[in-house]
Amino acid sequence: MRMYNARGILIGLCIFVALITSPFWFNMGKATSAPVPSLDTPAIRQMQEKVCIEGKEFMRTQHMELLRDWRNSVVRDGRRIYVATDGKQYNMSLQNTCMECHSNKEEFCDVCHEYASVKPDCWTCHVDPKEAN
Amino acid sequence: MKMHRRSFLRIGGVCALGLGFLPAVKVLAGSGQSRVADDPNALTGNRWAMVVDMKKCWEAGKRDCADCIAACHQTHNVPDIGNIKDEIKWIWQEPFDNTFPDLKHEYMAEGIKRRSFIVMCNHCDNAPCTRVCPTGATFKRRDGIVVMDYHRCIGCRYCMAGCPYGARSFNFRDPRPFIAEINKKYPTREKGVVEKCSFCEDRLAFGQLPACVEACEEKALIFGDLADPNSEVRKILRSGYSIRRKPDLGTEPKIYYLV
Repeated sequence: MRMYNARGILIGLCIFVALITSPFWFNMGKATSAPVPSLDTPAIRQMQEKVCIEGKEFMRTQHMELLRDWRNSVVRDGRRIYVATDGKQYNMSLQNTCMECHSNKEEFCDVCHEYASVKPDCWTCHVDPKEAN
Repeated sequence: MKMHRRSFLRIGGVCALGLGFLPAVKVLAGSGQSRVADDPNALTGNRWAMVVDMKKCWEAGKRDCADCIAACHQTHNVPDIGNIKDEIKWIWQEPFDNTFPDLKHEYMAEGIKRRSFIVMCNHCDNAPCTRVCPTGATFKRRDGIVVMDYHRCIGCRYCMAGCPYGARSFNFRDPRPFIAEINKKYPTREKGVVEKCSFCEDRLAFGQLPACVEACEEKALIFGDLADPNSEVRKILRSGYSIRRKPDLGTEPKIYYLV
């Protein structure tokens, strides 16, 4: 087999591969570590037993489904009390229940959402506790 | 394998029957435990309505009283934008001509002609806004309250065109900067959605009367269930003459006026 213009092609190929992989070289070893949402708020500090309405793993992976179900239940069916797995009852309200403890939206919600590049549009209407002050 | 047409049809029929049962099985097999409940103090009704006693409002009321409007707009984070084009209102005052346009005549008592009436969403039984909404964002609840699901509103404003009472306002701009003091317990709205009176369904759910009713010192606003013959609204409606706004349109409004 014979390659015409081998020099030009090979140099071009090298430049191409270097360019296309440059983001990897550039960011090598600079990976940002996964964020840890902060639980340090006055309300949580005062809790005897530091538990959310459901288990940590459930909340971590399914809080969006939970919030969606809450929204549908409250707005569409007018039913506003959530019965948790442990039988405790909570007002299904982002502003009045979730944010009561997690009053640090930036350190709790935003850190992960930014890291995962998800942009929930809750806060165009719902009032973030800090914003209201 | 050979199959006769008849046995094929028989098996097919049984399968179709099975599919028909599926939804029922799904419902029955669902987890028995209910994950939602209602507040035991919640005010429940089947046809919530309001009587607006304008005589009390005018005669006994303070001059230029707007307690009901202020209370409502504070509770629900209704902005005061300051120009009539962008105005947002849930409950407001309207002159006689606009409130009862079909009842006005040349020789009417000046006292009534020049007076302002308290108006809001009529929570119609036959609400045109819910019929025209393409996304189902506005709908009538089982208790007769016409509410908005702001999550679903796409801002097409069909409902505003459909409503014969002008009870709906559109957020032409971000309302947040125009809210004097944000009530942290209630959300605001965003640019591009329609909003209106909700009969305070959020307060009813926890056993509180609507904010306007609570704020009125003259007790000119009376809230109650039309389906309950012993409710205060029914007693008032039984005892005298009352009018509704534009009843000939067939929307069956549920705000009654005593004039």
